Amino acid sequence: MTSRPEFWSIADTARRIAAGEITAVRLTEAMLSRIGSIDRELGAFLEIDGDGARLAAREIDRKRTANEPLGPLAGVTIALKDMLVTKGVATTAGSKILAGWIPPYDAHVVEKLRAAGAILVGKVNCDEFGMGSSTERSAFKKTRNPWDPSRVPGGSSGGSSAAVAAGLCTASLGTDTGGSIRQPAAFCGVVGLKPTYGRVSRWGVVAFASSLDQVGPLARSVADTALMLEVIAGFDPRDSTSLDEPVPKYTASLATDVKGLKIGLPREYYEGEIDPDVRAALEATRTALKERGAELVEISLPHTKLALPAYYLVAPAEASSNLARYDGIRFGKRAEADDLLELYRRSRGAGFGPEVKRRIMLGTFALRAGYYDAYYKKAQQIRTLIKRDFDTAFATVDLVLTPTTPTAAFRFNAKATPLEMYLGDVFTLACNLAGLPGISVPCGLTKDNLPIGAQLLGKPLDEATLLRAGAAIEATVGLKERRPTGIGGIA
Amino acid sequence: MTEAATRKTDPSVVIGATGEEWEAVIGLEVHVQLTTKSKAFSASSTAFGAQPNSLTDPLVLGLPGSLPVFNLHALELALRLGVATESKIRARSRFARKHYFYPDQPKGYQISQFDEPLCEAGHVDLLVGTQVKRVKLTRIHLEEDAGKNLHAGPISQVDLNRAGIPLVEVVSEPELATGEEAAEFMRALHRLVRWLDISEADMEKGQLRCDANVSVRRRGEDRLGTRTELKNINSFRFVQNAVENEIARQIQIVDSGGRVERETRLWDAVAGRSATMRTKEEVDDYRYFPDPDLPPLVVDGKLMGAILRTLPELPTSRFRRYQLDHGVSGDDARTLVGERALADYFEAAVKAHPGKDAGRTIANWVLTELLGALHAGGLSIAQSPMPPATLSALVVLVENGTISGKIGKEVFEETYRTGEAPLAIVERRGVQQISDEALLWSVIDRVVGGNTKQAEAYLAGKDTLFGFFVGLVMKETSGRANPVMTSDLLKRRLGR
Repeated sequence: MTSRPEFWSIADTARRIAAGEITAVRLTEAMLSRIGSIDRELGAFLEIDGDGARLAAREIDRKRTANEPLGPLAGVTIALKDMLVTKGVATTAGSKILAGWIPPYDAHVVEKLRAAGAILVGKVNCDEFGMGSSTERSAFKKTRNPWDPSRVPGGSSGGSSAAVAAGLCTASLGTDTGGSIRQPAAFCGVVGLKPTYGRVSRWGVVAFASSLDQVGPLARSVADTALMLEVIAGFDPRDSTSLDEPVPKYTASLATDVKGLKIGLPREYYEGEIDPDVRAALEATRTALKERGAELVEISLPHTKLALPAYYLVAPAEASSNLARYDGIRFGKRAEADDLLELYRRSRGAGFGPEVKRRIMLGTFALRAGYYDAYYKKAQQIRTLIKRDFDTAFATVDLVLTPTTPTAAFRFNAKATPLEMYLGDVFTLACNLAGLPGISVPCGLTKDNLPIGAQLLGKPLDEATLLRAGAAIEATVGLKERRPTGIGGIA
Repeated sequence: MTEAATRKTDPSVVIGATGEEWEAVIGLEVHVQLTTKSKAFSASSTAFGAQPNSLTDPLVLGLPGSLPVFNLHALELALRLGVATESKIRARSRFARKHYFYPDQPKGYQISQFDEPLCEAGHVDLLVGTQVKRVKLTRIHLEEDAGKNLHAGPISQVDLNRAGIPLVEVVSEPELATGEEAAEFMRALHRLVRWLDISEADMEKGQLRCDANVSVRRRGEDRLGTRTELKNINSFRFVQNAVENEIARQIQIVDSGGRVERETRLWDAVAGRSATMRTKEEVDDYRYFPDPDLPPLVVDGKLMGAILRTLPELPTSRFRRYQLDHGVSGDDARTLVGERALADYFEAAVKAHPGKDAGRTIANWVLTELLGALHAGGLSIAQSPMPPATLSALVVLVENGTISGKIGKEVFEETYRTGEAPLAIVERRGVQQISDEALLWSVIDRVVGGNTKQAEAYLAGKDTLFGFFVGLVMKETSGRANPVMTSDLLKRRLGR
C-alpha cells in the first residue's frame, strides 16, 4: 500500500475517508496541488474544476460528520475524458468547434459518479472527438506519456491514461470507439475496460460513432476498475441502446481464480507484426494464466483482417452524421459570411481539425446516395461476420487473449500517415464492431521500460470473467508497485 | 354520349393552345402532426403557441451527448392511420437519418424513415357524388418535425418549439388528375386523421401540410413528364389553385415547344402564382442511413390487436351505409361523415327514433336546423345543447302530425335555446296541429259562410282566392290547422 494518498486505491480512499483518517477536502487539495505542479509538463487536463471539486469534497466531509451514508466513491478524485458532458463545466471533445460551450446537463455516467460521492477534479485531454490513437489530434494541447515524456500516452483517451498513471486522479472515465480506452491504458500501464455495448448509458457522451461508442473506466488496478464499472453500469431509459440487465457485483468476482477457464488465442492476432517485447510479455502472461489453472487453446477468428476496413467505413460514416450538428449556428465560433452556405463552410472549416475533416469526408462519401450498399451496408455485413466469429469461439472458450497493441507507446510524430496510425489499432477494433467487452491489463515492461498491455475479450455482458482473469494477470505479470518515472514519479 | 362529348366534360383533359390534349399527373406528400403530449424522441411538450424556444430539451436543441428515445404513443397513432388506410404494416421498420444543413434542424439531420417505412400500399378514399374513389398510397412513415426560421430583415431567428413534434408523411401514388382531386384528397385525409383522433389537422397551425408533385403529358401517353414539386400549399383552396396553376404553366411551356425543368417551386397564395425555389442542380443528397441510436421499430401482434380492436367504423363505410340503409343523399352522407361527432350524432338520433326509414328526415334536421343553429352560435357538434334523442323526439312529433313542420322549426328553436322537451313545449303552448275533421269543418264553415262573395268568385275561376281561404283558416286556428286536411276540406266545401 502506497503511503501517498494520490496513489491510494479506490477502496482504500473510501475506507480512510469513512474512517475519518483523512478528510475529503485534504485529499482533494493534495490532488489539486499535485495536478498544479505536474500537469504543466504532463498536459493531461483541459479544465481543472477546483471549485467544483472542493464543493463536492466539503459535502462528503459534512455527510461523514453527520453520519449520513457515503457512496462507494466517497472522496475519490476522478478526471473525466472531455467527451463526457458536464453541467456547468466546459466540454470540448478536444475540438475548437466546441470551445466555450458550457453544457446545461450532466452525462448519465457523471450523474452516477456524483451520486456515488466522487470528486470530479476536471476534464482531460483526448484526440478531437475521439478520433486518434495518440491524443496528438487534440486541438488544444499535447499530453505526454508519464513513463517517457517523448512518447504519446495513447489515445484517444490519452488524458485519462496519463492522469491515472501519473497519480493526478484515482481513476478516470474514457470512451472507446475502436480501442480508445484499452490502447492508452496499455501505453500508460493502467487498466482500461470497454464494457459490452449498451452496458453503460451513452446519454451525455459526445457522439463519435454511435453504434461503437462506449464509456468505460481507466484505473490503476483491476479492483478499482471493477468498482468503477459497478457504479457506472446499468440501464438508462434515456439511451435506447442501453441494456436493461442487472448489474453484477463485479468487485465480488475478483476473489476467484482462473482454474478451469478456457482462454482462446486467436491465430490471426498473433500472425501479424508484433514487437518482440510485446510478444514475450504475452507469452509470459499465457504461462502465468496456465500456471493458475487456465486452459489455453488456439482458436481462429477468420474475419479478423476485415475489421479495420469495416471499422473505417462504419465509424467515419456515423461520425459524419453525428458531427453535422456542429455548424457554427449553435456551437463554437461562428464565422463571418454573406450567406448561410458560406457560414457553414467557414465555421466548420475553421472549427474542425484535419483528422476530423478526413473522417467526415470519408463518411460523407460512404453514405452518398447509391453508395450505401457498397460501403456502409457491406461494412455492417462484415460486422455480422466478425460477431459470428466470436460467437463460434465463445462456444468453446470463455475469453480471448491478445496483445492490446502491436507495440508499446510510440514517440510523438512517429506515425507519418493516417494509415500507419490506424494500423496500430488492429487488435482493438473487432471488440467494438462485435459489441463485446474488452479489457487491457498491464502485463510487463519493454526493455525501454514502457508498459505493455494484455487484452482480454469476453462474451457479451460477461465483464465479470474479464475482471477475474484480469486480476490473475495483474497478480502474476502485472506492474505491481512499479510506477512511471518520466513525469510525476514518486520514489 | 359520343366520345368527343365525354372528352369535353372530362375535367382531367386539358386542351392546349394548339388543340393538343394534355393530362396532368399529381402526387401528394402530406405531413400530418400527430397529437402526442410530448415530442417524438424527447420529453418536451408539443403545445402550440408557446414562448419561442421554451419547449426544448438537449435533444431538440441538438446538444452534444443527447439521444433520442421514441415516443410509442406516436407509433400507436401512426398505426391507426396505417390500419385505417389498409396499408401493409411492417413488423420491423427502421428510423433513418436524413441529412441536410439548415438552422431549423439543429442536429444536422432529421430522424425519418427511408427504405423501411412503417406502412406501404394503403389507400385513401375520396367521396365523390354518391361514389367512393380510391387513391393509392405509396407509403406512410414516421418522422420528426423541424423548427421554424423566422426572418426579420437582415436577422433570422430560429424557434425550435415545433422541432421534434411527431409527424406522419403520407405519400400518394401519382394518380390524381386535377387540382380539385388534389384538394379532395387533402379533405379526405383531413377527415380521416381527425376521425381517427390522431391529429387536429389544423392547416392554419401547420398541423397538416402539403407538397404536390405535378407533371403533364400528352393524353394517353404512359411515360411521365418532368415533375415539379410545389411547396407551401397549406389550405384546401391553395392546393387546388396551386396545382391548377402549375398544370396550366407546364402546359403552356410544352405547348410552345419548351421543356419543363425539374425544380421545387414555392406557391405564393397572395400573388396566385409559384416561383422557383431551387433547381435540380441543387437537389440534396440526404445520405440516409439507419439511425444507430434507435433500435428497429417493432410492431407485434399484441399492439396490432389493440389497434384493430379500438379502430372506429370508418367514414367510407358510413358514407355507403347512410345512402344504402337510410336513403340519405350522397351530398348529405358526405357532410354527415365530415366529422365523426356529427356522424355519431346522426346515428344516435336515428337509433332513438322508434320508426324505420327516418334517416333521411333526421339527416335533414341535423344538417339544416341543428348545424345552422350551432354555426350561428359558433359551436361544434360536440357542444350541441340538444341531445340526439331530443332531436329525434321532435322529428317524431312532426312525422306523426302532432305539429306541423313550420311549428316544428319553432319548437326546435325553443328546445335548442332552453333545453325544454319538445312535447312539453307543444303542450304548454297548445300548438298541436288540428287534425280533427269535425273541428276543421266548423272553422271552414264559418270562414266560407262569412265570405260568400269570395267563395263565388273562386267558384267562378279565381284560383288565387284559395290561398285567401287557407290563410283565414290558419288565422282562425293560430296556424295549427293540418295544412293537408285544410286544403282537402276547403276544396270540398268550396265545391272545386
